[in-house]
Amino acid sequence: MLIIPGIIASSYPRVLNSYESIATVTVGAGGSSTITFSSIVGTYKHLQVRYIARNTTATDSFIIRFNSDSGSNYARHKLSGDGSSASAAAASTATYMASADYPAGTSTFGGGVIDVLDYANTNKYKTMRVLAGYDANGSGIIDFRSNLWQSTSAITRIDITSNSNSFAQYSSFALYGVKG
Amino acid sequence: MAATYTPLATTTLGANAASVTFSSISGSYTDLVLIAQGQGTVENYAYMTFNSDTGSNYSNTILTGTGTSAVSTRNSNVTKIYLTPYYGTFYTDFSNITICNILNYSNSTTYKTSLIRAGRASTGGGTEASVGLWRSTSAITRIDITASTGNFVTGSTFTLYGIKAA
Repeated sequence: MLIIPGIIASSYPRVLNSYESIATVTVGAGGSSTITFSSIVGTYKHLQVRYIARNTTATDSFIIRFNSDSGSNYARHKLSGDGSSASAAAASTATYMASADYPAGTSTFGGGVIDVLDYANTNKYKTMRVLAGYDANGSGIIDFRSNLWQSTSAITRIDITSNSNSFAQYSSFALYGVKG
Repeated sequence: MAATYTPLATTTLGANAASVTFSSISGSYTDLVLIAQGQGTVENYAYMTFNSDTGSNYSNTILTGTGTSAVSTRNSNVTKIYLTPYYGTFYTDFSNITICNILNYSNSTTYKTSLIRAGRASTGGGTEASVGLWRSTSAITRIDITASTGNFVTGSTFTLYGIKAA
């Protein structure tokens, strides 16, 4: 690694085991409508999902659920920019959480960083924070989102589903654990 | 499990500089995270380019909060990605902070998407989020961060991390 200019440029000693890769799913040639992380251990403080995603057919949205709960136990807020205006929206007694819309197209992928806070705590509802979006050189969106799952259960499973069609090949979702 | 959020390199400017370059970036990680905090010799913004590409192959979609309103803008077919488009500018008091996630930077299949958070809390500042696109399938091996005008001042810091998925 070369840094120019760098008066002080140093290599760090590694800090082990504070941020760990748990699992990664990369979509194959056939596409996939749902990405599932299951049997998530409770030994971390927080979870983070980092992804790139492309739809097989058209710009689409996400459906995200915890522990296979499809009841009306979710709420969500978002603040969005579409390149011409800013907007905000919310939903309560919802049946799912969401991330930003993601595109179709040959090589352009949406991306996101999703934080699931204190996911193993059995005394709190669970909050999921999202920074996500896509830019397709003339269209796109950037979102901040807060999502709530009104359950005190520890999260052991995350399902990320394409609302329509499927995630296209090379879409990739990586789950990490952050220790407290 | 192995640690996977690894600091790759950092620089703290010992003299004013118009740009900072991370080069020879290893392709052995999945994502990169760039964190910058700095100050400009004049109020300026920072932008980045990849692999020394100065063509019109970049674009941005931006969401900005000014303190009184929220606005969104877009730059298409431009020659750089704006790290600090407006209110995240490198002001003259070190109040800027920028965090940039460069996703799946090392694959040779997809265009490269970046998610950026930047802001400046001092007078006249604001906060913003943006998504940037580099329309190239090349693996990113070099990042140049450049001041729009003037320099980044002594003491400005730039750190690059690598995140490796299982």
